[in-house]
Amino acid sequence: MSSSSELPGDQESTRGSETDTEPAALGHKPSASQIRMSNVLFYLLFVVMGGTYVVLIIGMLLADAAYMAERTVDGLTSEGRSLLSVVSHNPIVTALADERIQYSVWLSLISCSMSAVISVLIAIPMGYLISRHEFRGKKLLDAVVDIPIVLPPLVIGLSLLILFQFPPFRWFARDVVYQVPSVVLAQFSVACAFAVRTMKATFDHINPRCEDVAITLGCSRAQAFGWVLLPEAQRGILTAFTLAWARSLGEFGPLLIFSGATRMKTEVLSTSVFLEMNVGDIEAAVAVSFIMVMAAVVVLILTRLIGSEHQAIH
Amino acid sequence: MIKIENLSVQAGTFRIENVSLTVPSGKYGVLMGRTGSGKTTILETVLGLRSSSLGRIVLGDQDVTVLNPAVRGVGYVPQDGALFSTMTVRDHLDFALMIRKAPKADCQQRVEELATLLGIESLLDRKPHGLSGGERQRVALGRALSFQPEVLCLDEPLSALDDDTRLRMCELLSNVQKQTGTTTLHVTHNCEEAERLADYLFRIEDGRIQQVRTKP
Repeated sequence: MSSSSELPGDQESTRGSETDTEPAALGHKPSASQIRMSNVLFYLLFVVMGGTYVVLIIGMLLADAAYMAERTVDGLTSEGRSLLSVVSHNPIVTALADERIQYSVWLSLISCSMSAVISVLIAIPMGYLISRHEFRGKKLLDAVVDIPIVLPPLVIGLSLLILFQFPPFRWFARDVVYQVPSVVLAQFSVACAFAVRTMKATFDHINPRCEDVAITLGCSRAQAFGWVLLPEAQRGILTAFTLAWARSLGEFGPLLIFSGATRMKTEVLSTSVFLEMNVGDIEAAVAVSFIMVMAAVVVLILTRLIGSEHQAIH
Repeated sequence: MIKIENLSVQAGTFRIENVSLTVPSGKYGVLMGRTGSGKTTILETVLGLRSSSLGRIVLGDQDVTVLNPAVRGVGYVPQDGALFSTMTVRDHLDFALMIRKAPKADCQQRVEELATLLGIESLLDRKPHGLSGGERQRVALGRALSFQPEVLCLDEPLSALDDDTRLRMCELLSNVQKQTGTTTLHVTHNCEEAERLADYLFRIEDGRIQQVRTKP
């Protein structure tokens, strides 16, 4: 660090002064202590600014946990303090005992997985085409894919509802709108955009020369894609799946309008939180939220584990 | 034989017009030129990865100007090797034969033959991650030679290597080319490399190709 203060320019000016009259100094020579102080301040500022967000995230999660612990303890004071009563007074256990919440957990798991699988299946070809090929209207297509990301969620729900007023969608409206398929469709409409973005970025990062080589070795486009590009894209596919899954789990706005919030029918976890809040049961709402937090954390950890394992292989 | 006749290629805003060169069968041709002179563009056109707007490309006795790159039968070693990160070295040497649905025993024999030729026997079960620059280029060369192509195209294959490794790779390239008799077109900006390897030396400058030297 200290050597940075001895710039080549300084040496030259010293050399010049030996022979001639001293040339005019070009500003001040930076002092080592000033630079050090500035560097410390620079990193301090950045760490504090960036850290604020991390504190907010961790704080939210801790608050949820603390709230639930408090409720559990409150429940204990009225009865005995046995381990059994700790379990039975836990708001999460209480929530999970409710068959409507059980239904909502299952529907969430199934619908999120379905919408994530469909999203990835659509995102792979779409990401490939946008990343690898130049064609007329590519910029427009790229912008169209971003629409679900920037559109207000309620508008997406309403637009889906309106879409099913028109044929050919209208022919299926009875089986979709306000029914279970609408849940998957609403989740997919938004989640897929994130999957496409991820897949495009993934393909962008894979050297196109690899496919070129595969083609000179005798592959058709499909063979080059299947044998070379797809294996290279494994981690990206996994990321796209996780992102789509997590996004689907958090979906709420479009669901409320397009699927309704009917208990034991189209109720997923985010709807449960809304319904419990509506009847004033904050305890149950927080409990369901906590289940969602845990599901998200499990998915994140699984992805990281599989991702790092995959990386360790080669 | 590699014969490029009056070739014109458009690559974005860059254009090469009316260039020709011939490398006779079994010879080592080197095309030299500065960065941005269009030598890679010409190589890609020979490979079929880029289409030409005018002119003809003949490989062996076949006009391949409009032929799909997959059926041209040209071995290709790109600058960075472009190895497949999920495959082992063995898979790389095996790949073209697998695509051609060659019998397993033949594949195995060919892999061993190539590994011995290139001195990579000990690397066969490793993946590209962790291989040195020289090793990577050997694997890329093996992969390109695996299906016994008549023509080999090398795009600055030694530019990312240190001096010692480059020297050894030069010898290896020269030996391998002599042993296999594959007609080769090697593109480089390095004079020393060009002098060492070339039977036929071409220079591309301002969009024109000049034949500089011919070894008997």
